[in-house]
Amino acid sequence: MSDAPSTPAKKVNRLGLDLASYRGSKTTLCAGCGHNAITERIIDAFYEMGIDAKKVLKLSGIGCSSKSPAYFLNQAHGFNSVHGRMPSVATGAMLANASMMAIGVSGDGDTGAIGAGQFMHLMRRNLPIIYIVEDNGCYGLTKGQFSPTADQGSKAKNGVVNELPPLDLCALAIELGASFVARSFSGDKKQLLSILKAAIAHKGTCLIDVISPCVTFNDHEGSTKSYAYVKDHDEVLGEVTFVPYFEDINVEYEAGSTTNVKMHDGSHLYLRKIAEDYNPSDKMAAIHLLHDTARRGEFATGVFYIEPDKEDFTTSLNMVDTPLAFLTTEQVRPPKAVLDQLMDGLK
Amino acid sequence: MSVVNDFTIQVATVNGSGSQTANLVLLRSIFQMGVPVSGKNLFPSNIAGLPTWFTIRANHRGYIARKKEIDLLVAMNPETAKEDVLSLEPGRTVVYDEPLKLNALRDDLKFYPVPFDKIVAEVCPDAKLRRLVKNMIYDGVLARLLSIDLAEMEKALGKQLGKKPKAMELNGNALKAGFKYASENFEATDAYKIERLNKTAGQILVEGNAAAAMGCMFGGATVVAWYPITPSSSLPESLIGYLRKYRMDKQTGKATFAVVQAEDEIAAIGMVLGAGWAGARAMTSTSGPGISLMSEFAGLSYYAEIPGVIFNVQRVGPSTGLPTRTAQGDILFAALNSHGDTRHPLLLPGSVEECFSMAIDSFDLSERLQTLVYVMSDLDLGMNTWMSPTFTYPDKPIDRGKVLDEAKVRELGASWGRYKDVDGDAVPWRSLPDTKAPSFFTRGSGHNAMAVYSERPDDYQNNLDRLARKFVTAKSMVPAPVVNLRNGAKIGIVAYGSSSFATEESRDQLREQHGIETSYLRLRAYPFTADLDDFIRRHERVYVVEQNRDAQMLGLMKMDLDASLITKLSSVLHYNGLPIDARSITDGILAKEGK
Ligand SMILES: Cc1ncc(C[n+]2csc(CCOP(=O)(O)OP(=O)(O)O)c2C)c(N)n1
Ligand code: SF4
Repeated sequence: MSDAPSTPAKKVNRLGLDLASYRGSKTTLCAGCGHNAITERIIDAFYEMGIDAKKVLKLSGIGCSSKSPAYFLNQAHGFNSVHGRMPSVATGAMLANASMMAIGVSGDGDTGAIGAGQFMHLMRRNLPIIYIVEDNGCYGLTKGQFSPTADQGSKAKNGVVNELPPLDLCALAIELGASFVARSFSGDKKQLLSILKAAIAHKGTCLIDVISPCVTFNDHEGSTKSYAYVKDHDEVLGEVTFVPYFEDINVEYEAGSTTNVKMHDGSHLYLRKIAEDYNPSDKMAAIHLLHDTARRGEFATGVFYIEPDKEDFTTSLNMVDTPLAFLTTEQVRPPKAVLDQLMDGLK
Repeated sequence: MSVVNDFTIQVATVNGSGSQTANLVLLRSIFQMGVPVSGKNLFPSNIAGLPTWFTIRANHRGYIARKKEIDLLVAMNPETAKEDVLSLEPGRTVVYDEPLKLNALRDDLKFYPVPFDKIVAEVCPDAKLRRLVKNMIYDGVLARLLSIDLAEMEKALGKQLGKKPKAMELNGNALKAGFKYASENFEATDAYKIERLNKTAGQILVEGNAAAAMGCMFGGATVVAWYPITPSSSLPESLIGYLRKYRMDKQTGKATFAVVQAEDEIAAIGMVLGAGWAGARAMTSTSGPGISLMSEFAGLSYYAEIPGVIFNVQRVGPSTGLPTRTAQGDILFAALNSHGDTRHPLLLPGSVEECFSMAIDSFDLSERLQTLVYVMSDLDLGMNTWMSPTFTYPDKPIDRGKVLDEAKVRELGASWGRYKDVDGDAVPWRSLPDTKAPSFFTRGSGHNAMAVYSERPDDYQNNLDRLARKFVTAKSMVPAPVVNLRNGAKIGIVAYGSSSFATEESRDQLREQHGIETSYLRLRAYPFTADLDDFIRRHERVYVVEQNRDAQMLGLMKMDLDASLITKLSSVLHYNGLPIDARSITDGILAKEGK
């Protein structure tokens, strides 16, 4: 729905669409909010991957973060549901039409507090979805209260210090069964874009925790989720390079320095090793790494864990190929003989 | 004096003692003899060890509601035996486990002592199995005492056990041993008798939850999300069985459905709405506590206009209440479920047959109205065994309501708005993902007719007014009440759901025993239709019968009906957890009539 004049030199993706075709309505979030930067990267990723937006479902809960699906992919159907319940709505939607690609956007309150239960069970089912937590350590929409990912000792704008330890959504997701787990920073354009593109190529639950500073309520001195603090304490695991299946591989790396993950759709994800023996398909190693960095007061970013061929939830249900949403009366109503047979059995 | 085909048997046992087979064989054998029956299981909220009572009513006139008085007691549970015997009316019959020595309690009852342990030891050498077959002995004793054809019992046993030759043999022997003991030790048959009739031909015996599950399968349910709770669980569990058997694609062997046991009821309804939004026919089944949890999503369905079906198999509340007892206590809550101005259509099945047909209708209704529909069953309907005519195969294809297809997109063009009333019935056109129709953004926050976020006062009010008009449209889509007008009747009765059978029996009592003619309106849905206004207008006094304390349906009438009609209404209420019975209704009406 772009009103930009089409010029012959227009840059397009493999579907012949320009970047504007992937935009949404104008954002109503605060200027400088990390969530807006994430929205931009989502637009870039879907554009660069050449995804048909009509095949995408956008879902969210409630919060500033959960508003963002309105700001990307106008061509896709979107559903801003209720607080903390995006996972169940996404699950139902994907059952109705398993041929779709789902992207869910949530906040750290939406996911870590009110929605913790549904978050856990979505991870456990390995529902095919890109599940983005726009993590600012606070409740933006209700004006800055601490969320469950606020670090111990972090200070709120009114001076109150958070005394409770944070939830590590990535560690939880790995433990719970998600098959692609990553963390990034809204300010790291390149890394976030690569991770998002890899997530698009993956079939299964992709939990991406994106540190996304709230400029209005949590960007002050003493906050561990401010831009300044995050820039200082981001421990980038190593370069993340993604090469989609439809592009030529043109990556050079020293033998032993990089893990090459072959994705389900034939794409490649190159993860530069932080340590000689780090293996992104080793759950325990991933959890160790998260604990170690957290203990040092840093936070790691990158792809921690990936299991490209794990069976996803919709596949495990053995549904017919036609989306359930489009089955006809003949397909969903057994013939009269079946009713007769049932009735005879009850006589 | 003998009492033929009109009495109630109560079997008192211990939960988990395997008496269900014996009770259903007894019920079925009477049914096979052509005598109308109904069976009610009064069970505790526990898996094993607490008292449970199974009541079978045989009635030649076809009354299948609960009857208060017990005529024949089978006392197998030492814990309740004394109280059970003391509560009988004089002249009634007791079959009991001999060591309980119940005959010492009263001399105005007829006692039949049976040494169950001794008999079972003779027919069942394996001591571990005795507990399970012991109960078949009372079936044998009753066959003899009540003149039930032993061959019918054996046939019923075959039906109950299916292809399990070892179990058939053991139980069959116990049955015969009981019959033999009664023949040799009791001089005559009892005053209560079953004689062959021809009133059950073509009828079936079924529980409401199984009936509803069949309805869901034939109604084309494609996504089922649920969380276990009594008395609802047997609905989705039966449904899973039917779907696996009858809804696998012939060519590929793949499922035309998805069933998920959700992590709780919030997730279950969330999945239903996600699925409904993306185009599936989605449903869940629950009971009171689950409905409470679903409230926030219920409002989302109403406001964002997303279809879905909730079966509410009602149990006694508030809170955990009595999980294994029946009530019609969620009427008001379901009708208005959620914060803000919210209304939901309710379907009110009054029989197992309607559990089936309304299950089918609920999906069409929900998609046509693009809103949640509640099917308000209850424990009595859902879990008890009811006699019913066979179910009718749906004659209309599935109706998915106003879903945009290519032709409609072309016709409406740019004038389409997700929440725009283009047909004057307040039901907008909906567009599904993965179709050629335009996409839109669904939200539970304020939106205008074009589905764009809006906080404008006029947008909000216009939308809410349209939703109210949509609820008026619903009146033309829901099943009309069943009305039976009696010439000259000044009194009208309104009832619904599982209160119907007792109400019909009560009308006979009022007419035959008290000379009072009544007209009857059986509600089958909310919103109410003009039939209700007409009915009230025609009568001087109208009694609304329901199974809750607060007269909830009458409360809804007070919200919706003209004040001149409301003054004619008063309530007859039953809310002790037991299914309502005709005598309670009759007494309630007589008291209010000053008789
Ligand atoms: C049931 C319910 N409780 C409370 C709220 C109020 N509420 C709206 S957003 C929000 C927190 C959002 O925080 P987060 O998910 O971290 O998102 P952010 O705004 O920070 O992006 C709360 C508590 C609500 N909408 N619904
Ligand atoms: S309040 Fe915070 S989270 Fe919300 S939009 Fe503003 S900056 Fe972003």
